[in-house]
Amino acid sequence: MNTKLKTAERLEKSAAFRAAFPHTVPVLMGFLVLGIAYGWLMQTKGYHVGWALLASACCFAGSMQFVTVTFLTSAFDPLSAFVMSLMVNARHIFYGISMLDKFKGLGRIRFFLIFWLCDESYSIESGTEPPEGVSQKYFYFFISLLDYSYWLTGTALGGVIGGMVPINTQGLDFALTALFVVMLMEQWKHRERRLLCLGAGAATALMLALFGPDRFVIPAMGLILVLLLGFRPRIEKAWPEEESS
Amino acid sequence: MTLTPWQTAAIFAAVAAGTMLTRFLPFLLFPENRALPPVITFLGRVLPPAMVALLVVYCFKNVSFSSASHGLPELIACAAVAALQRLFKNTLLSIALGTALYMLLVQTVFA
Repeated sequence: MNTKLKTAERLEKSAAFRAAFPHTVPVLMGFLVLGIAYGWLMQTKGYHVGWALLASACCFAGSMQFVTVTFLTSAFDPLSAFVMSLMVNARHIFYGISMLDKFKGLGRIRFFLIFWLCDESYSIESGTEPPEGVSQKYFYFFISLLDYSYWLTGTALGGVIGGMVPINTQGLDFALTALFVVMLMEQWKHRERRLLCLGAGAATALMLALFGPDRFVIPAMGLILVLLLGFRPRIEKAWPEEESS
Repeated sequence: MTLTPWQTAAIFAAVAAGTMLTRFLPFLLFPENRALPPVITFLGRVLPPAMVALLVVYCFKNVSFSSASHGLPELIACAAVAALQRLFKNTLLSIALGTALYMLLVQTVFA
């Protein structure tokens, strides 16, 4: 009886795994490449692959981990790092809110689904239902687990390759700038968001000029929050809430 | 390494705490699927573009426009990234080629 139950559970899991994997292939490509870049960058800053893996394992936050590298190479400032990670990752809050229902009653697995929530797993899980007869719980579990493992694999590969390839890596940090430039272009496609981007950029530049490169992050975020809330009626008018974003 | 191992661990802990807070907060705050305060939904909509703009400026924080290379390698490489993204709409390609160009610039032309 016991073995029968175990076999049934194993079959259920393997069916969920097979259904989940194809959805994650695009993420595999992206996470491997960016993960390699991250592990490599850490290596060039003098951090052994173990450090990079530790960061990837406990944060699992792509762009924020790249930003963290800059915190590792300037004056020690954990408070700014904390506030920055809150603001940069604030979007997770809204992913979580829209998954409240879907993740209900999933027991222990729920913890991991929340821990592994990221742009990619959210976009798959929010828009995809498992095929007929496949356990929803394990389907989501494997999508998240696979995405997480791609990120860790990329990080490890980058750390190891970076330690072996003797090329001049000066300027590799620019990958971070390039990533954000592309992300800004994605935002720029939406006409109603352009003024917002410009305003936030100008506010940040102003605070950088006033406070200098080591202390401007928190004031800049404060000013942005004040501006967003102050101009809220106008922003709401220019950019009304859509049904789905 | 600029920081000591303990300082590094503290930075990681701070970033992990901030990141995990954003992930777990909704599940802690809204266990009953209560309606969200409108100001929260508003910020959720407008913060992402604002933060991306902040991060772009953040990347330029140590670039000096008045001395040495006048920020030229950064500006050239950014323009290249933007052009590549326009042309091919492939994020990874734009990042890879743009970074390669930047490395080439700072290691040779602007060395």
